[in-house]
Amino acid sequence: MNGLHARRRLRLSLRLSAAVATTLFFLFPIYWLFMISFKTPDEIFSYPPKWHPGRIQFENYGVLFKDGDATAVWHSLVVAGGSTLIAMFLGTICAYSLARFKTGGEHLANWIISQRMVPPIAVVFPIFLLYVWLGWVDTYVGVILLYTAFNLPYVIWMMRGYILDIPLALEESALVDGCTRWQVIWRVVFPMCRAGLFATAIFTFVFAWNEFLFALVLTRTEVVTYTVQVTFYFGGQSNFWAKISAMSVLGTLPIFVVVAFMQRYLVRGISLGAVKG
Amino acid sequence: MADLKITGLHKYYGSVHAVKGVDLEIPAGEFTVLVGQSGCGKSTLLRTIAGLEDADQGAIEIGGQLMNHVLPRHRDIAMVFQNYALYPYMTVFENIAFGLRARKTPAAEIEPKVRRAARMLAIEPLLDRYPRQLSGGQLQRVAIGRAVVRNARMYLFDEPLSNLDAQLRDEMRGEIKRLHQELGKTMIYVTHDQIEAMTMADRIVLLRDGKIEQAGAPLDLYERPATRYVAGFLGSPAMNFVAARLQDGGALSVQLTDGSLLALPANRQGKLAGRSGQSITLGVRPEHITRASGELREGLVRRTALIELVQPTGSRTYATFRLGGAELVAELQAHDVSQPGETIEVAIDMNRVVLIDPASERVVS
Repeated sequence: MNGLHARRRLRLSLRLSAAVATTLFFLFPIYWLFMISFKTPDEIFSYPPKWHPGRIQFENYGVLFKDGDATAVWHSLVVAGGSTLIAMFLGTICAYSLARFKTGGEHLANWIISQRMVPPIAVVFPIFLLYVWLGWVDTYVGVILLYTAFNLPYVIWMMRGYILDIPLALEESALVDGCTRWQVIWRVVFPMCRAGLFATAIFTFVFAWNEFLFALVLTRTEVVTYTVQVTFYFGGQSNFWAKISAMSVLGTLPIFVVVAFMQRYLVRGISLGAVKG
Repeated sequence: MADLKITGLHKYYGSVHAVKGVDLEIPAGEFTVLVGQSGCGKSTLLRTIAGLEDADQGAIEIGGQLMNHVLPRHRDIAMVFQNYALYPYMTVFENIAFGLRARKTPAAEIEPKVRRAARMLAIEPLLDRYPRQLSGGQLQRVAIGRAVVRNARMYLFDEPLSNLDAQLRDEMRGEIKRLHQELGKTMIYVTHDQIEAMTMADRIVLLRDGKIEQAGAPLDLYERPATRYVAGFLGSPAMNFVAARLQDGGALSVQLTDGSLLALPANRQGKLAGRSGQSITLGVRPEHITRASGELREGLVRRTALIELVQPTGSRTYATFRLGGAELVAELQAHDVSQPGETIEVAIDMNRVVLIDPASERVVS
């Protein structure tokens, strides 16, 4: 009896220490990133490395704001936010049409998701040439539309699954009760798949937020996103680690905020999809 | 004037012919029950009336106006769905008010209307709750409330009670019928349950395989079924069917496969003239077999029955025995028989039996 108890305690403590070790392993790079951003240049290059700065100082961030580099985060916000909103709106409507009116049969839905599988590198230069012709290089419109185009298939695919999960009678009841199709979408479909909407929007936003390749090729000076901005600090002779880390932290914070506020929906949205299969 | 008139209605789902030419007229204020086994097209018919399905052929008129291409929201109907169709993110109040808001009812009118409907259905204390906090019976009341509050021209019910347990079903049956009497509106009710059909309907429309098998008042269908299907569908326990042959020995009688004869009363002979020697199916309702005692009335025939199975229900007792190679169920008085193995004398009321042509399955007498 007592032995069993002790064994169970031992197993529990082993499990806990494994969990703590794993968490530390994954948290360390983030910790290190934050710490570098607070260090002075001397501390950054000191050997042996310092585990934490002697004094928390924001000089590295100050430089970014003084030079105007920090606006790259704003650009990223506009681009990611704008493309997410457009992709969510259009994607949900397309998904509704696919789910309820069987638009294009089964095949159209499969074809749409296949668009997501195109390797970006295969299309980036044709798109660049197209954008030069359209005068869209280095503009909000260009980047937002491109991200929207890349996110739409994902949004359509996910939202179609969530919409198919809504009992048809809920919509039919609304139609009989006096709603138009648009009202049905607004008053029944959106509230019914709220968790799915948020989860999909978060993934869409994160994709656009982290996108690098298109941003590198299609932006110059006006609409530089933070991922591209970071590359400017890798020099031929030296790397500006202070700026790299501070910029990376600025780029990480919005995602933290988004996930922290939306965690509830994120978990529910993902598991909803999981059950559907 | 007919409130609803359907002519030559056909509906296909791909290659499935779900409704095969239905003609139906429903007078204003009538409670009509569409009944039949699953897959008979009753729900499809109802959904076509609501406009949730398009008619592939034929006409649907409501109040004298052709409705084929009119959107559901313009048909002035209210519908109660089998799975309640309540919005989980809205309170009971908002669920009931949904149709009013969708139709832009002035805000000041919504509250009293919702409360009145809630009072009718005894769900006023639940108005602030969410659907997940309600029991099945309460959910169904809310769903009915959603329809009632609309004050529509016509109310459609699609198997609204099939998710409830037996006791609640009995209760809600009465409730809906009472509602019909209070509102006086045309109601069309779909069910697969023949007891619901019998107890609630002003008129039953019995569907089979996409077509109307027979339509009429409940007792009309029960007592004068047109086909073997109708005879067997209505009634619980179901009607007994015995294969037999008509035998002419001066007067016609029914000869069972074991050779025994059941004499037909004089007034049943007419319609059967010329059928002597033909095979026939004898249909006997369980309540028309009673325990025989003393002198029998005209038209009753006496048989000795070895009881094989006894099923007391409290008020009545169902007893199973064999007659002419077939198994029959008799609905006897509670204490007429107590255990299997007993031998009793039963009387079959030949005035009330139906005789069915086994080839066409139509009732001939």
